[in-house]
Amino acid sequence: MTHSPKAAVEMRGVSKFFGAFQALNAIDLTVAEGERIVICGPSGSGKSTLIRTINQLETIQQGTIKVDGTELTAGGDNVAKVRREVGMVFQQFNLFPHLTVLRNCMLAPLKTGRATKAEAEATARKYLERVKIPEQADKYPAQLSGGQQQRVAIARALCMEPRIMLFDEPTSALDPEMVKEVLDTMIDLAREGMTMLCVTHEMGFARAVADRVIFMESGAIIEEAPPEDFFGAPKSARLRNFLGQIA
Amino acid sequence: MFRQFGPADVLYILEAARWTLILSAIAFTGGAIGGLAVALARSSQVTLLRVLSTGFIRVFQGTPLLMQLFLFYFGLTVLNLPINPLLAAAIALTFHASAYLGEIWRGSIEAVPSGQSEAATALSLTYRSRMRWVILPQAARIAVAPTVGFLVQLIKGTSLTSIIGFTELTRAGQIVNNATFDPFTVFGLVAVIYFVICWPLSLYARWLEGRMRRAYAR
Ligand SMILES: Nc1ncnc2c1ncn2[C@@H]1O[C@H](COP(=O)(O)OP(=O)(O)O)[C@@H](O)[C@H]1O
Ligand SMILES: [Mg+2]
Repeated sequence: MTHSPKAAVEMRGVSKFFGAFQALNAIDLTVAEGERIVICGPSGSGKSTLIRTINQLETIQQGTIKVDGTELTAGGDNVAKVRREVGMVFQQFNLFPHLTVLRNCMLAPLKTGRATKAEAEATARKYLERVKIPEQADKYPAQLSGGQQQRVAIARALCMEPRIMLFDEPTSALDPEMVKEVLDTMIDLAREGMTMLCVTHEMGFARAVADRVIFMESGAIIEEAPPEDFFGAPKSARLRNFLGQIA
Repeated sequence: MFRQFGPADVLYILEAARWTLILSAIAFTGGAIGGLAVALARSSQVTLLRVLSTGFIRVFQGTPLLMQLFLFYFGLTVLNLPINPLLAAAIALTFHASAYLGEIWRGSIEAVPSGQSEAATALSLTYRSRMRWVILPQAARIAVAPTVGFLVQLIKGTSLTSIIGFTELTRAGQIVNNATFDPFTVFGLVAVIYFVICWPLSLYARWLEGRMRRAYAR
C-alpha cells in the first residue's frame, strides 16, 4: 500500500492552437486522485479548451497529458482507454433527444460492450436514483426541466463508471431556481470521492467542495490556491479584479 | 389518317407508367445507397473523401440531367455495349439521385448539433456507433421531408429519359399522340397520371414536415 496519491491527470507543457490562435499556453497541471478542482476565469480564457483536452475532444499541439497513467498522445487505443475512464457534463446538457432518459443512460454501456442489456438497465436505474429522478426514466429529454436534464446527463456519464468527471459550466444554461439541484448532485458526487474538474463560476460550490481553485486568463493558469486563500487572499491583481466583477 | 384515341391507348399508357415507377424505384434505391456514401464522405474528417465527394456533387448538380443521360447513353455505345436506354437511364438517374440525396443528407447530418457528437465521443462511442445510434437517427428525421420532396422531382425527372428512347410514361404519350394526334387528351392523361403518383407524395412530405416541427423542441 502506497500513501502518495496517484495522479489522476498530469498535464505537462500543454499548448493548443486553433489555427494561429493559441488557446492554451504551456499548461502544467497535476490533479491527484480524489481531488476536486474548480476552474474559473473570464470568457474565452481557455477553460473549456483545457478540460476538453483531457478526453481529447480537443487535440493538443505541444506537451503531454497523462490520465490515470495513460498517455493520451502516445497513440494506440490510449484515447479510447482514457475516454472510458473520463465522464463529461456539458453546459447544454447534450442529451440524445430521440432516446428516453433510460435509453440515454444505457446507450454507451451497451454499445461499448461494457454491459448486457439487463446490466445496463440496472446501472441506469441505479444512477437515476442517485441523481433523484428515477421516476423520469421513460420520458424524453424535452419533457424534463433544465435541471432534470442536467441531472440525467450526470447519471448518463456515471453509467460508464468513470474515475474522473469533467464539468463544463454545468449550471450556466439553467434558470436560477434549478442551479441548486444540480450543484447538490455534484456535491454528493464530490463527497463520494470522485475526482472532479469543474469549470464554474459558482463560488459557493467552489468554497464547499474544491480542494483547489484555478484562475485562467488568456490560455494560461494565472493563480491556483485552496478556496480560502483563493477568495480570501488573491495574489494577482487580475484575480482580484475578476473576483470583484463576479461578486 | 390518324386513328381514334381509345381504351387500348389508355392501357398502353398505363402499362408504360409502370416503367416510370420502376425506373424511379431503381434510381431512388441506388441513389439512397450512393447518397449515404456521399453524405458520410462529405462530412468525414478525411480530406481526400471530402474532396472526391464534393467534386462528384459539383459535377452532377452542375450539369443538366439531360446531358448526363446523353453521355451515359452514348457512353455505353462507345464501350461497344449494345444500346440500352433502360440501363443508361438507370445509371444516369442513380448518379443524379446520389448527388442530390448526398447533399440533402449531408445537410441533415450537419444540422444535428455538434454537442451530440461530442457527448457521444465523451461517452467513448466509436465513430460507427456515434453515427448509427446518435447522429443518423436524428439526421433521418430532419431529412425525411426533403427526401420525399426530392423523390417527387426524381419521378418527374424520369420523363427526360423519353428523349433517349426509353418507353416510360412520357414517351408512351408521344407514341400514342403520333398515331392519334389528340394531344390534349393524350398529354392530359399523362399529366394526370404523374399527378396521381406525385401529389400524395407531396402531401406526405408536407405532413412529415409538420410532424417534424412539432417533434422534440430543443
Ligand atoms: N473550435 C474553435 N476554433 C477556433 N477558436 C476556438 C475554438 N474553440 C475555442 N476557440 C477560442 O479559444 C479561446 C478559448 O475558448 P474556450 O476554451 O471556449 O474559453 P472559455 O471556456 O474559457 O470561455 C477563445 O478565444 C475561443 O474563441
Ligand atoms: Mg467555456
